Amino acid sequence: MRRKKLTPMQRWGWLFLGPVVAAFIIGFVWPFIQGIYLSLCKFTLIRDAKFNGISNYIDAFKDASFMHAFWYTALFAIVSLVLINVLAFTVAYFLTQGIKGSNIFRTVFFMPNLIGGIVLGYIWSMIFDGILSHMNTSILMETKYGFWGLIILMLWQQIGYMMIIYIAGLQAVPDDMLEAAKIDGASKWQTLKKVTIPNVMPSITICMFLSLTNGFKLFDQNLALNGGGQPFIQQADGSVVKTTEMLALNIYNTFYGQNTAAKGVAQAKAVVFFILVAGIGLAQLAYTRKKEVQQ
Amino acid sequence: MKKEQMLKSERRMKAILSVVLAIICVIYVLPVVTVVMNSFKQNTYVKTDTFAIPNKETSAGWGNFIKGMTFGNYPFWKAALYSLMITVLSTGLIILFTSMAAWYIARVNSKLCKLIYYLCVFSMVVPFQMVMYTLSKTADQLKLNTPWTIPIVYLGFGAGLAIFMFVGFVKSIPLEIEEAASIDGCGPVKTFFQVVFPMLRPTMISVGILEIMWVWNDYLLPYLVLDINSYRTIPIQIQYLKGSYGTVDLGATMALILLSIIPVIIFYLLCQKYIIKGVAAGAVKG
Repeated sequence: MRRKKLTPMQRWGWLFLGPVVAAFIIGFVWPFIQGIYLSLCKFTLIRDAKFNGISNYIDAFKDASFMHAFWYTALFAIVSLVLINVLAFTVAYFLTQGIKGSNIFRTVFFMPNLIGGIVLGYIWSMIFDGILSHMNTSILMETKYGFWGLIILMLWQQIGYMMIIYIAGLQAVPDDMLEAAKIDGASKWQTLKKVTIPNVMPSITICMFLSLTNGFKLFDQNLALNGGGQPFIQQADGSVVKTTEMLALNIYNTFYGQNTAAKGVAQAKAVVFFILVAGIGLAQLAYTRKKEVQQ
Repeated sequence: MKKEQMLKSERRMKAILSVVLAIICVIYVLPVVTVVMNSFKQNTYVKTDTFAIPNKETSAGWGNFIKGMTFGNYPFWKAALYSLMITVLSTGLIILFTSMAAWYIARVNSKLCKLIYYLCVFSMVVPFQMVMYTLSKTADQLKLNTPWTIPIVYLGFGAGLAIFMFVGFVKSIPLEIEEAASIDGCGPVKTFFQVVFPMLRPTMISVGILEIMWVWNDYLLPYLVLDINSYRTIPIQIQYLKGSYGTVDLGATMALILLSIIPVIIFYLLCQKYIIKGVAAGAVKG
C-alpha cells in the first residue's frame, strides 16, 4: 500500500537526489577512489600514473619524517585530549551551579571557536614571540615551545566548544537524583563522583573522541603557528625531519614539497592517515552502540 | 542555625567562583586585545613591545590598516568579498540540495537511498588529506576553480554531515502531514517546498551555522582549488602574507587579522543562541 503511494515521489527522484549525488561524486566518491588507486602508483602527473604495487606504503613507513609525525601527533592528541576535557568539564560544572554571570562567561569561553585556524595560529605566534623574543629565541627555534604553544592554542580554542557539550549533558542530569543525594547527606564531591559523572558519561565519550580526532586532523593551526613544522633536524641520510610537523602537515608537505616524485608516497600516507582517523571514528560508533544496548 | 551557616558558606563559595571565572574571562580575551593593540603599532615594535599599549613613539595610527588593504599586491576587500560570496553560496546550496535529498532518502526506502545515506555517513570520517590531491585535480579539470563554482565542491565534500542531520530530523516528522498534502492534490515537489521545507527550519539553522563556520574559516580546500593569483579568500590572503618568505609587516598583518575577526565576533554576538545550539547538535554526530 505504502509503496504505491510513494511511486509519484520516485518519479521525481532525479530532482531530489540528482544535484547532491552529482556533487558528491565530484567532491568525494571519485577523488576517494582515485586516491586509493594512486596510492598504488608512481606518478608526478595523474595521467602518466604507473601501477607500482605496495612500494609507496613501504616507502611511507620507512620515511623518518612520517614516523616522527605519527608519534608527535599521537602525543599531541593525547595531551590535548586530557587537558581540554578536564578543563572544559570543570568550567562547565561551575557554570551550571547557578553562579552570577554564567551566560557572559559562556559567551566569552566559546568565542575563540569562531576564529579560523590560520588566523588563530598567527595571533598566538605573535603572542609567543612577544614573550620569547625577550629570551632571544622564538617559537620556531625549539620543539618544546612549538609543542606547548600549540597545546595552549588548542586549549584556548577548544575548551569553549567542549564546555558547550558538557553543559548540555550536565543540564540533563535529573534534578531528583541530585536532590536524593543531598537528602542522603552526600557531600558535593561524592555527588559529583557517584551521580553527576555517571550521568554525563555520553557527553564525556563524545568529547573525548571529538578532541582525539581534532588532535589527529589538526592542520591549519600547525601550519601557521609552527611555520610549517620548524625547527628542522638533518638526518644521517641527508633527509630532513621537521620536528613539530603533524601527520596532516607531513602529508601536505610530501605532496607539494620539492620532491615531485614523492606524490605516490604522499597519497599512500594519506590512505594510512584515513584508516587511522576512520578507525577512531568507528571505535567511537561501536563504543556508543554498546553503551546504548546496555542502557 | 546550622543550615543558615551552610547557606552562607555556599553563597560565599559562589561569589569566590564568580570572581575566579571573571579573572579567567579577562585572560581569555587578552589575545584579542593584544591583536587590537598591535594592529596600531609600527612593525618593529610588535615583537619588542607586544604587550604594551601603543604610545606616541610606537603607534602607527591607521597606517597599518591603509597599508594592509593593498598588502601583497592584492586588495583585502576583494579577498573579503570572495570569502563572503563563497560562504553564502556554498551554505545556500548545501541547505537547499541536501534537505531535498535527505527528505527523499528518509521517505523512500530503496537500495539506492540506503547506499547514498551510508556513503554520506562514511564520508564524515574521511579526513580531507585523503582526497585533497585528487579532488583539487578533478575540480581543476571541471573548471570548478572559481569563486562562483567552488560551492559545488563544498556541496560535494560537505554533504555528509548535512544529509545526516536532515535525515535524522525528517524521520521525526509525522508522515500524516505529508499524506494530507498529497490527498489535497500536492505532488512531491509542491509537498516538499510548501509543507516539508518550512518545517525543517531548526535543522536548517544548525546546518547553516556549521557550514558557515566551516567554509568561512577553511584554508586548504580553497587554497588548492582556486587559482590564487586571481582569487583569494581571507585565510588564503593572511597565510600568503605571513607564510611567504621575505620581510613581513607584523603591524599590518595584525590590522588585517583584526579586520577579519570583527565581522566574526559581530556575527557571533548576534546569532549566539543559534550558534551554540547548532554546535551542540552537530557534535552529537561525533
